[in-house]
Amino acid sequence: MKAFAALVAREVRVAWTGGGLWLPVIFYLAVATLFPFVTGPDKALLARTGGGILWIAALLATLLPIERLILPDRQAGILDQLAMRGWSDELVATAKIIGQIFAFALPLLLATVVGSALIGLPEAQLGTLLLGLALALPALSGLSVTIAALTAGLSGASALGGLLLVPITIPLLIFGAGTLSENPGNAMQLLAATALAITALSPFAAGAALRAGRT
Amino acid sequence: MSSRQAPLPSISVDNVAVIRGNRLVLRGLTVTARSGDIIWVRGANGCGKSTLLRLIAGLLHATAGSMQTEGRIALADENLALDANLTVAKALMFWADMDGATADAQSTALADMDLQALAQVPVRFLSTGQRKRASIARVLTSKADIWLLDEPYNGLDSASCARLDQAITAHAATGGIVLVAAHQPPTINVAYSLILDRPEADA
Repeated sequence: MKAFAALVAREVRVAWTGGGLWLPVIFYLAVATLFPFVTGPDKALLARTGGGILWIAALLATLLPIERLILPDRQAGILDQLAMRGWSDELVATAKIIGQIFAFALPLLLATVVGSALIGLPEAQLGTLLLGLALALPALSGLSVTIAALTAGLSGASALGGLLLVPITIPLLIFGAGTLSENPGNAMQLLAATALAITALSPFAAGAALRAGRT
Repeated sequence: MSSRQAPLPSISVDNVAVIRGNRLVLRGLTVTARSGDIIWVRGANGCGKSTLLRLIAGLLHATAGSMQTEGRIALADENLALDANLTVAKALMFWADMDGATADAQSTALADMDLQALAQVPVRFLSTGQRKRASIARVLTSKADIWLLDEPYNGLDSASCARLDQAITAHAATGGIVLVAAHQPPTINVAYSLILDRPEADA
């Protein structure tokens, strides 16, 4: 358990020192800043569409840390050393996903408060948006680790990562945007179910990908 | 617990074949090592020395044949497995914590590899030889029974080579097993040298 916590802490530390923590947050807030430039300062329009834009920005921000999640550890031999110490690939993947929840999901959630202020989202919607993102971001963390494990070492890994991530996140995006409508109850439940399924399955998918990549 | 003695470390590789990347790298290989053995694994480039070490480490699966090991294994290959942004001491401490090793074990390992002066230097600033010494220090700290060293002498100056020789001899004397894959003959007494051939060559 102590060793597991040490591995999670290492993930957060590597994200902190390697830019994996700040880049997604800055990207996310940059999108929130740019959006009103495109639509103009129409308050009603921003209030109606701003939440959806933040959802898309969160999905795209997921892609940014992917290259740093698995490949450097594989090249440095860290994954080999963990495997030799009896760590299952699923456990390594779980530690990395939890690390991503701390190093990616939580900062993005905090940035949402700032982002929604930049867009001028109504306060009533901020709560719904935060709840929806809090449900979806662990799933996005799981997907980013899975895709990082699948594409580690391939040429054009980041472009391939984008192609893989976008279709899988469509349900999250549909239900997530649905929570911003007048009646968010059903969409929120479906979002929770989809996100839970993705989060729960991702350690196994990522673990299998890690195993397949060991040569 | 202490009344039952831990089984002695051993390696037994029996008639093993390994296919790596669609290429037959090892074939019909049999290796036996007992407690106290130092084995020099030699052979031309690409003959499968590193593959053999990765197989024994459990990182590769034998396509045919069987393999059994007894005892904890530590591997030092061309991958340093130390976080480049951390200091040498902190990077080693990560693995020491994983292995449940004490701070004493780590400072002994640092002293054995003459790394005390570099303990507070970030890993990314180390030279080739210093990196090699750090990876050997990781093996020393782990207190593993079986050491798998892939080209450990590469980049080491003669003083460091002597230190490594001393560490290997001491480990074997306390019942450990050391497999050294190297081109140059080691200057220490080896139990035997294992010469690997290219499988294609004797087909």
